[in-house]
Amino acid sequence: MSTTSKTGPGKTGTGPGTPEQEQGLDAAGSRLSTAPTEEPPNLPSLGVIGWARWFWRQLTSMRVALLLLLLLSLAAIPGSLIPQTGIDQTKVADFRERHETLAPIYDKLGLFNVYSSVWFSAIYLLLFISLIGCIVPRTWQFVGQLRGRPPGAPRRLTRLPAHTTWRTGAEPEQIHRAALALLKKRRFRVHRVGDAVAAEKGYLREAGNLVFHLALIVMLIAFGWGQLFKSEGNKLVVEGSGFSNTLPQYDDFKSGNLFSADDLEPFSFHLEDFRGTYERSGPNKGTPRTYEADLTYSQGAYGEEEKTTVKVNEPLELGDAKVYLTSHGYAPVVTVRDGEGEIVFQDAVALLPLDGNVTSSGVVKVLDGYRNPEGKREQLGFQAFFVPTFGGSASGTMISQFPALDYPVLALNAYHGDLKADSGIPQSVYQMDKTKMKEFKDADGELFKKLLMPGETMELPNGAGSVTFEKDIKEWAQFQVVQEPGAGWALGGSVAAIGGLAASLFIQRRRVWVRATEGADGVTVVEMAGLGRSESAKVPEELGDLAAILYEQAPGAPDPEPGPDPGPDDGPDNDPDDGPEASSGPTDTDSRVTPAEGAEKQ
Amino acid sequence: MTPAAVTELAASTSLAAASNESLAEMSNVLIYSAMAVYTLAFFAYIAEWIFGSRSKVARTAAALTPRTQAKGAPAVTVRQEGGTAVLERPKVVVRAASGTRDVPDGPGAHGGDEQGDLFGRVAVSLTVLAFLLAFGGVLTRALSVERAPWGNMYEFNITISTTVVGVYLLLLALKKNVRWLGLFLTTTVLLDLGLAVTVLYTESDQLVPALHSYWLYIHVSTAILCGAVFYVGAFGVIMYLFKDSYENKLANGGKPSAFASSVLERLPAAASLDKFAYRINAAVFPLWTFTIIAGAIWAGDAWGRYWGWDPKETWSFITWVAYAGYLHARATAGWKGRKAAYLALAAFGCWLFNYYGVNIFVSGKHSYADVGLGVLQAAGF
Ligand code: HEM
Repeated sequence: MSTTSKTGPGKTGTGPGTPEQEQGLDAAGSRLSTAPTEEPPNLPSLGVIGWARWFWRQLTSMRVALLLLLLLSLAAIPGSLIPQTGIDQTKVADFRERHETLAPIYDKLGLFNVYSSVWFSAIYLLLFISLIGCIVPRTWQFVGQLRGRPPGAPRRLTRLPAHTTWRTGAEPEQIHRAALALLKKRRFRVHRVGDAVAAEKGYLREAGNLVFHLALIVMLIAFGWGQLFKSEGNKLVVEGSGFSNTLPQYDDFKSGNLFSADDLEPFSFHLEDFRGTYERSGPNKGTPRTYEADLTYSQGAYGEEEKTTVKVNEPLELGDAKVYLTSHGYAPVVTVRDGEGEIVFQDAVALLPLDGNVTSSGVVKVLDGYRNPEGKREQLGFQAFFVPTFGGSASGTMISQFPALDYPVLALNAYHGDLKADSGIPQSVYQMDKTKMKEFKDADGELFKKLLMPGETMELPNGAGSVTFEKDIKEWAQFQVVQEPGAGWALGGSVAAIGGLAASLFIQRRRVWVRATEGADGVTVVEMAGLGRSESAKVPEELGDLAAILYEQAPGAPDPEPGPDPGPDDGPDNDPDDGPEASSGPTDTDSRVTPAEGAEKQ
Repeated sequence: MTPAAVTELAASTSLAAASNESLAEMSNVLIYSAMAVYTLAFFAYIAEWIFGSRSKVARTAAALTPRTQAKGAPAVTVRQEGGTAVLERPKVVVRAASGTRDVPDGPGAHGGDEQGDLFGRVAVSLTVLAFLLAFGGVLTRALSVERAPWGNMYEFNITISTTVVGVYLLLLALKKNVRWLGLFLTTTVLLDLGLAVTVLYTESDQLVPALHSYWLYIHVSTAILCGAVFYVGAFGVIMYLFKDSYENKLANGGKPSAFASSVLERLPAAASLDKFAYRINAAVFPLWTFTIIAGAIWAGDAWGRYWGWDPKETWSFITWVAYAGYLHARATAGWKGRKAAYLALAAFGCWLFNYYGVNIFVSGKHSYADVGLGVLQAAGF
């Protein structure tokens, strides 16, 4: 049927029937996207290779991609409802205690570690294999589309979702030239095929879509890389002391599987001063307003000393590492003397905050140099509680009323004996192993304890020595040092993803055809049609604009006969040799063009 | 250091938030006035629907039979007037793709009734006024606390309902066919504001302190905007589902109830509603992507890691994947139409859960302090 030539004298080109010249309606919408076509999941009958190919086809189909996406969102849910080891270990421990039967089951299913569990990883890895398997062929296809040219005009432009037509006195050749110029100016890719001009625009949409999906891969790899090589350590530093970035210096340290200690960025810093200010009044009384740590730091082995201030949301960046200020507390300076008045201990003792008003607790340990009144070597231990603002004897408790140093009080319990510090088991500096410690007793035979104001000294019973709470109370700041390679790539990937997405969603890929032919009566009939990848109001609008411009150059001519129903289908399609299908009703519906995607219906 | 403890520290680094009593007072007055005007608008929309039901729109099953022939027929693009062709601009004929029902859009709530239309216009004007009042309320609230107006659930609710109405008015200003949304939106906005002023009301100075980072401001403001737009989109989806089953019923010779017919006939066609919902959701999806990334950047500055699967982050991610699923579904054979619509609703459900559910059900970050004080008591102080 394609051998029929419906074109009049205006027809040029390679001859009738070439596929380029006279496109069927399906061809008109072809290659307007690179989305994979859906195949029904027919089971293959061929051997292993057949199965493999079938499996691959399924994996890279849109349907499976969609299912994997849904699966991924479902799989992410349990991790938000069940405590996760990677986020809060104490909560997990808590949960284990409370749910003794459930916890082992959860353990087996990896529910305390959802985001690194086998099944979660399996879903996203499958998704990303699917993604790669989808992107590679689509990219080739797209390159092919860029190299090729928009397909020629369908035979009957009137069957397209948007079309317009008019009769004019201008020559077909003249109209074709005007259309070429106009579409080129509008930045369409345009060429002439047969008796029509074919144009296409909006390739950026496809490019954007590919960039978006590629960017997702970049982000995943960057994230995975970061997880493998990241390191994260905490260090508590008291005012006046420092830190250098080596493994042994950390209080605690976590790292990814592929991290090695050599990866640590070389730097060191010294905490000069920590400042915290707090809301003084109102319902927010006690809320911190500023936390600032003044540091002197140097980078590399022989780096210059520099000064800086680190605040809560403003980390110090040193090469790959970022130094965050994460918390703070007080470190009262305590002096311990033995019975002879010799100083056996003098240091700032960092205490850990227990609440928002920095009620703090910790331990003072005197490990060496102390001899009891009998002259025997012993160790001393003090359980210490500290409040920056004491409630007064009225409140009667050691619970702080305000986080700033308004009325600092230190409370101590005293013990002596063996702290078991050299038992080989690492000890927390904030806890005391009391199994080999004896209580100092007061006059009533109770545990010896005292509240001290700054500058005050308490005498231990029986001339065992004294403890002084020095006036100079230091503060400490805790720093978290994080190295996460790949963060830059993740950021770059996400910017590309947004850009690609915007291009993909906001740009229409569409085609426009202009055909001018000389009708039987010698008057030129201009036909224009537009086709979008999805039906959108923009396509007819744009077509209208283009037509209006062309119309100016080729103004309308009167209708041949003022019949009741003169129209475009009476134009080229009504050529006598057009064959019977031109007027047949049923094929009319069948031959309507479905946009390649069909996502948006009119 | 656990992220929870870091949050605590970060959260407590507040801006100076001296509250200004009179501004706060003014904000309350403005919010109450907005509610009063929204109520008037609500009645005006009701009147629009009621008057609209008088005029029997002759949109029955006949209108739903495919008009292939009619549409397929040539369009008359050249008119004859006094012998000379007059054509200012060629008329573009648009036809539907195959397989689609060819149903025209309904005329809107007023159903072509003049009085109904008048009430509709009054309703829109009242909505504009109420929006301005509510906007003033949000603004004065923000000024009174000297920070962004989303420090607590009350502020969040008044901000998001105002944003929703803003989105609606913007669509109207862009000459989109969305006036039919008016009644539903004012209803829910009134409910939301009612809930806000009664249950959720918080004195203007009792605030969770704002954080020192402009990324957070960007993140939360775009999140609120996304929420408002997703909300409008979700409503489009719901109406699509109703209208679609209505059209299906008619097409299969069923007889919907008189009320359903009266209401649904006046709405745009299912295909238009579907497209409307898609456009809305697709347009805001890149912004939602950006919102999550802005949040990650902020988390990187505040917590030392940009992504840590904290419940809020996780649910943002779930919401994002669900919407991506919806967009995919529309490009996947066998998933277009109703199935995709259900996905869009599920995605919006995820968004809602993230903003309300996670705050209410998934919490308990502060158990740390209690444990600590227990130690203190055990030691005898
Ligand atoms: C990580 C998972 C994925 C996400 C988050 C994702 C997200 C998206 C989004 C948001 C769109 C909408 C953009 C548009 O409509 O132009 C889209 C489109 C698309 N995606 Fe994906 N995608 C993912 C995986 C995949 C996979 C595995 C495939 C291959 C089977 C795929 C193929 C496509 C195609 C062909 C389109 C264009 C659809 C169209 O032409 O409308 N995507 N994707």
